[in-house]
Amino acid sequence: MKLVGGMPGEGNLLPAQKVHGPTTAVIAIMTFAMLLVAAAGLALTDAAGVVAKGVESRFVIELPAGIAGELPKVLAAVRSAPGVQSATPVPETEMRSTLESWLGSAAAAGDLPIPALVTVELKPGFNPTQLQARIAQTVPGATTVTETAELGPLLRSLHTLQWLAFSLVTLIAVATSAAVVLAARGALDTHRFTIEIMHGIGATDRQVTRLFERKIATDALIGAVAGGLAAAIGLLLVGGAGAAFAGELTGAAPLGQLDLLILAIMPILVVVLAILVARWAILKALRETL
Amino acid sequence: MGLRYGTGAEVLRDLDFRLAAGGFYFLTGPSGAGKTSLLKLLYLAQRPTRGRIRLFGEELSEAPREALPGFRRRIGVVFQDFRLIRHLSAFDNVALPLRIAGRSEAEVDASVREMLDWVGLADRSGARPPTLSGGEQQRVAIARAVIGRPELLVADEPTGNVDAEMASRLLRLFEALNGLGTTVVVATHDINLIASQPRAELMRLDGGTMVDPTGVLKNPPRSRAIAP
Repeated sequence: MKLVGGMPGEGNLLPAQKVHGPTTAVIAIMTFAMLLVAAAGLALTDAAGVVAKGVESRFVIELPAGIAGELPKVLAAVRSAPGVQSATPVPETEMRSTLESWLGSAAAAGDLPIPALVTVELKPGFNPTQLQARIAQTVPGATTVTETAELGPLLRSLHTLQWLAFSLVTLIAVATSAAVVLAARGALDTHRFTIEIMHGIGATDRQVTRLFERKIATDALIGAVAGGLAAAIGLLLVGGAGAAFAGELTGAAPLGQLDLLILAIMPILVVVLAILVARWAILKALRETL
Repeated sequence: MGLRYGTGAEVLRDLDFRLAAGGFYFLTGPSGAGKTSLLKLLYLAQRPTRGRIRLFGEELSEAPREALPGFRRRIGVVFQDFRLIRHLSAFDNVALPLRIAGRSEAEVDASVREMLDWVGLADRSGARPPTLSGGEQQRVAIARAVIGRPELLVADEPTGNVDAEMASRLLRLFEALNGLGTTVVVATHDINLIASQPRAELMRLDGGTMVDPTGVLKNPPRSRAIAP
């Protein structure tokens, strides 16, 4: 598909602009907003993925204080089970240190009953149900606690925000298209005289449309590049601080290579969208004339 | 055929005539008689609101609009108000029909220079219309209309802004084209122009209808008005 091309000398059929007009500014702003929202959406997708993966593959075994001595037996049973990536007991000193925040020095007293905890991480794709049954069989009284219940609302919120972000990207694309349609109609009105002459001499609708496609493509390209650069600077500034926070929250970088590639392609898609929408709007308007 | 704009009265009515291929016609009549409207029908800027137009052997009254550019390229038009593109040079204005037709730039360059030379504007090829006099603009418009060697040339008052010598030169250009087989239709009030072309046929419009009430017009047209 040829997006922009045409007859020789057509570049000067519409007067050259020294300063690019509101279409360029609108496309720059739309591209900027679209990239920021899309980056947020992609970061949320990644974060949701990391959280979901953690929820699915991790759980904690709790041995009440009365049977805490059964810890080696539980560890042996878990470590020998298929699909277990790691089984790490939580040190008693660490638990007492945590309890100290609430109980003060009493937490260090030897007579305070402390349960034994084991953090289990499964290999990807393994279902914890079978292992949980085996633990209950090996040490009756041992319980397993998954994070699904606790993190379920967070995951749902992340997914909602993610879809909200992508819906916003779509809405911005629609608004950009509407702005291009208005710009195309305005350009047609401004250059109606030239169009009438060209039609009178035998120009086809495609030949006339190409004149405006070229102009709108130039405007869109300048706008998309400006908006893209502004968004890149914004993402670097905001992302620097956000990356550390997101990394701590989810254990992963907020934007991966694929995300960056998608963001890099978006300004190009904005230009292509602008050209296609302009072509449609102009052809539609021309078909209303003889 | 008939033509009306919007819901108004017919500006052309009951016209029924045939132009011979290779003929030379003058179209005359008082202002408001419908000359420009008839020319618009001839250069396919309007469709008749009733009746039919057959051009180049094709019925074009209801032809799909996608088919019209191909026919328009076979027609040269000299507009009364020149209709030059203001920001293009005289060269680019004259080159427009050839470029639209997809001719090579080498061919465009040679043809346009030759044509501008012919109309006496070789040294003004880079000038833009606002810097040209009315007569010069008229000549650029004529050069643009004839450069593609059209099969039908339609001119609306083509000598209205030029002196007698240039009018004579332009008429010779039209005759030369006519000699090559181009059908020429010139709308004019210029009696001298009409008199200088005794072989031409005359069509007279009045009140939107083809008339010859006095019977003194030389070369009465092979057209007839049909009583409503």
